[in-house]
Amino acid sequence: MTATPAARPRPPAVGYWIGFAVVGALLVVAPLVLPPFWQRFATEILIWGLLAMSSDILIGYTGMVSFGHSAFFGLGMYGAAAALLTVKPPSLGLALFYGLVAAGVAAVFVAYFATRLRDIYFAISTLVFSQIFYVIIFTWTEVTGGENGLTFRQPSLSILGFWSDRFTPTTLHWFVLAVVLVSYLLVRRITQSPFGMVLQSIRENEPRTRAIGYHVERYKIVAVMLSGLFAGLAGVLYAIQNKFAAPDFVFFVVSGEVVIFNVMGGMGTLVGPFAGAAFFLLLREGLSRFLTEYYLIPLGIIFVIMIIFLPQGLLGFLRRRLND
Amino acid sequence: MDQILVQTLHGLVNGMVLAMVASGLTLIFGIMDIVNFAHGDLLMLGAFVGASVLGVTGNYWLALLAAAVVIALLGALLQVTTLRPLIGRDPLTTILATFGVSLVIQKYALWQWGPSVRRISEPVRGDFTMFHVQYPWYRIATAILAGLILAGLWLFLKYGKYGIWIRATTQDRVMAQAMGIPVPLVYTAVFAIGSAMAAASGVLFGPFAGVTQTMGFDFTLRAFIVVVVGGMGNLGGSILASIFVSLLEAYAAIVVSPAQAVIVSFVVLVLTMLFRPTGLFVPTPK
Repeated sequence: MTATPAARPRPPAVGYWIGFAVVGALLVVAPLVLPPFWQRFATEILIWGLLAMSSDILIGYTGMVSFGHSAFFGLGMYGAAAALLTVKPPSLGLALFYGLVAAGVAAVFVAYFATRLRDIYFAISTLVFSQIFYVIIFTWTEVTGGENGLTFRQPSLSILGFWSDRFTPTTLHWFVLAVVLVSYLLVRRITQSPFGMVLQSIRENEPRTRAIGYHVERYKIVAVMLSGLFAGLAGVLYAIQNKFAAPDFVFFVVSGEVVIFNVMGGMGTLVGPFAGAAFFLLLREGLSRFLTEYYLIPLGIIFVIMIIFLPQGLLGFLRRRLND
Repeated sequence: MDQILVQTLHGLVNGMVLAMVASGLTLIFGIMDIVNFAHGDLLMLGAFVGASVLGVTGNYWLALLAAAVVIALLGALLQVTTLRPLIGRDPLTTILATFGVSLVIQKYALWQWGPSVRRISEPVRGDFTMFHVQYPWYRIATAILAGLILAGLWLFLKYGKYGIWIRATTQDRVMAQAMGIPVPLVYTAVFAIGSAMAAASGVLFGPFAGVTQTMGFDFTLRAFIVVVVGGMGNLGGSILASIFVSLLEAYAAIVVSPAQAVIVSFVVLVLTMLFRPTGLFVPTPK
């Protein structure tokens, strides 16, 4: 499967990199020109986009729809909370480490069972696993704070111990942006690697991939693990931004929203999930101004209409060029 | 000892209600390959419609009937507007579409009926005593009624002309079409029947714990578990699985809190999917 694309010469993706640089520059400048509310909003879009992108590894590239990403996201949050509450002084590096370990371990556990199943059975089993984590976190009040969750102090921004400073909204945005850009480039590289090609061939034709001799289950487990790690990373970032961890973020509604971001933005593009998150959150912001909590009524209808008439999502038409 | 008896009764009664919910879901899945994420929310909406009709007329049985009819019409409308265009696409898109529908229904119920818990007063009052244990008659009546409705559904599928159409479509939709069965109409009718079953079980369940707009998801998840444990698209299997899972959960609730007892059914689901993915209560496929 990997041999076919290598045969044709790759066109230089100049347009792609120009677009990447322009969007990146805009995002760097964003906190300097936006008012505080929208500044925070932009940071949040990046974090939710990262979470949605992590699930795109499964939905868009491997063809497995996960309805359990809230578990990895939430465990990232609680992992960060554990590091920030137990270790003095709170350390950014440890928060990242604990969060990633928590999400990674959960991902391996879920992957071991769930990857043996296919299609809707995979979706249902990931949903069920995320609910198991939710019930445990919700009822284990002594450790997780139960319904109230955990609150903690924000760690200070330090890079390898050389330099340390308190987070301001602007530096937080840049920090999140840096993490997101690095993650994006990393995931993009992974999806274009031979490993990523195997994932895509699983999506296109699983029996044939197996027949060629790839150990499909192992590839799937690694894919779920990678996806869980990046979801956990998003969870850590969200915890640092908001200074709390709450069981609401482990509830399956978050997983559903992640899938919505993917479908709205365009699956299998990596950039689409960011666009989907931005589109969804902007619509929510606009609609909730005059509909308060009922914003989901028009938003749900828009979502269903998009599934029927625009299954490729907003950026689906760019799919080929974004993956080159 | 008394506690075990009470939990057995609880498990059986809850199992019968769950069987009604799951039968609608498995019917829809078996025929259309649609995983209906909005099933529990149709149940919730049915319970609210029932509560409103009960509030106006004071007649429980009228409320049950009205809820079933209204939600059946709504289900037919949903099928025609959102699911019919998705026929032939990946079954996963139907999960997404019905997930969107479920969000809309939940918020609509919140908007229409508010966040407070609605009570449906039970039509059958009084308790009975057995081995020093008091148990309300209404719960027993519910289990019997649910059993009757399920038996009616089974008879309809087995002997009714339209029931035979439905079964023919399940087995081979192309052949059914060739034999002159209006398959698109069958799809819509099945979705309506499934929705009506959900609504009726919502009204039956209403007196147990009250009606809130968030009760839907819980039922959707349980119905999924039961349908997978019982074997997708298998009516008898899902009825047995409902009772099995509900009994296990009821016994687990003696030891741990009811919130944690849910994990038992999750574990049953995962074990079933790993070791017997065709379902626990179906004959081994050859």
